[in-house]
Amino acid sequence: MSEIEGIYAVWLREAKIYIREKERLISSVISPLLWIFGFGAGLGSTVEKISGYPYQIFIYPGIMVMTVLFTSLFYGVYIIWDRKLDFLKEVLVAPISRASVFAGKMLGGATDAMVQVVYLIIIGFFISIPFTPLVILEAFLMLLLISIAMVSIGLVIGANLKSPEGFSLVINFVMWPMFFFSGALFPVSNLAPWLSAVTYINPLTYGVDAMRGIILGINHFPILLDAGVLVLFAAIMMEIGILSFRRM
Amino acid sequence: MVIKTEALTKTFGKITAVNELNLEVNEGEIFGLLGPNGAGKTTLISMLCTILKPTSGRAWVNGFDIVKEQGKVRKSIGIVFQQASVDDLLTGRENLALHNLLFEVPKAVRSQRIDEVLSIVNLEKRADDFVNTYSGGMRRRLELARGIMHHPKILFLDEPTLGLDPQTRDHIWDYIKDLAQKECMTILLTTHYMDEAEQLCDRVAIIDYGKIVALDSPVALKKKIIGDVVSLKQKTSDIERIRKLDYVIKVEEKEGVLLISIKDAGKHLQDLLLNTGPIDFVEVRRGTLNDVFLHYTGRDIREAEAEGGFWERVMKR
Repeated sequence: MSEIEGIYAVWLREAKIYIREKERLISSVISPLLWIFGFGAGLGSTVEKISGYPYQIFIYPGIMVMTVLFTSLFYGVYIIWDRKLDFLKEVLVAPISRASVFAGKMLGGATDAMVQVVYLIIIGFFISIPFTPLVILEAFLMLLLISIAMVSIGLVIGANLKSPEGFSLVINFVMWPMFFFSGALFPVSNLAPWLSAVTYINPLTYGVDAMRGIILGINHFPILLDAGVLVLFAAIMMEIGILSFRRM
Repeated sequence: MVIKTEALTKTFGKITAVNELNLEVNEGEIFGLLGPNGAGKTTLISMLCTILKPTSGRAWVNGFDIVKEQGKVRKSIGIVFQQASVDDLLTGRENLALHNLLFEVPKAVRSQRIDEVLSIVNLEKRADDFVNTYSGGMRRRLELARGIMHHPKILFLDEPTLGLDPQTRDHIWDYIKDLAQKECMTILLTTHYMDEAEQLCDRVAIIDYGKIVALDSPVALKKKIIGDVVSLKQKTSDIERIRKLDYVIKVEEKEGVLLISIKDAGKHLQDLLLNTGPIDFVEVRRGTLNDVFLHYTGRDIREAEAEGGFWERVMKR
């Protein structure tokens, strides 16, 4: 039981801090709004319908994935601040395993991301996304899986770097390629061969595909393949994350 | 014996931070580790707290092996770090509550124990304020409270009063003495402040270059090494003659002033002055732990490279 309580303690701290840092809450509402209404509506006025959906609705699942991606990856920077300010020591000397510390931090990051998902679902009702309770449940679970994988990447990078500046640099090299080559903004079906090769090795592609399948019914891959790739990828990243935490 | 090390060694690349160190700390004592920057104090404490793995040698804390029984060691010790590690955006009480969860304090006694430790450090009134509204001394007190929450047998204090004003330091010392008595704890602390060591410690070990160079009670160390210090100015200095007197421990000349350490100034001062001849000026003071410290570690300023986290972090990857 002690490990579970340890995970709970680490998560609880993250959740409390998240709620108390107003900047984090505010930015997590504003950035998806900008993408959906700024980018989606703006570009949507010149782009024709894709697979029978207006562009703004077509990219909605992609925006959901993107929001989760950004929040989750950037969450890793807090581990660097925690270390710099020595807050982390208290947790590292506690009699709980590093796997539990990692799990607590990871759930903390996933919580941040999932709070944003709730905002996005509310926004979705306003732009008439075809939601049913089952769709919302499936979407939520799939985004949680994506978030767990992406938070793990962020934590791996955070645990291995010493400066927040270095973190932003590295994370940009991870984040933008993952985002651009995921098909979040365009369908992956009719791309140039080199581009589709890149999208196929990007795990996030499967997340975007799954989300589009769940919400709009447009699938490029079978949904089980999407879920399988993401579960496998999340498991690998968590393993690396736990190893990184052990060396911290 | 609650702490015992056998040839404990930690190297970071070419630097040997702790060098085959043997140490025994008895139950219930307040034990001080003194040493210049980079002497290996923090590295030693980090190993005993199982934060760092030793390169070689062995050590036991409360009878548990620090490598093989990490979990048990951690449960039986409390730590107060050099840098504040309480969470700014949580209240004092919330910080303590998290510690309860992390260190498996039984559910039934949790809130009672929080009130108990808060009253020991006199923070009851501010317990529900955010820590970022606390002063430096209050943070320290909160950390002390947190360190003792789970009834550890040993409390490690790394520079407990670094950067605090004299009033606050005095208070913290009282709290520490109080803790040692009320909670029957062994306390191992590191410090640069000699007055702190004199005030608090039953025994001190002076560490330099990763080894213990002296170990005894502050009183015994002062008696043995320094005695009383007579500083005097004289015209005809016959240092050799003074050095030969049997109650003289050592003679140093510094900027034209002779610093003479003698065993018992009350008894031998008259005789000493007869031997020095006419003088311009004389001053007598009791030897301090500071003198002992400088005697063993010299006056060179050290580069703090083996300590302070930098090497620890580099070498851990």
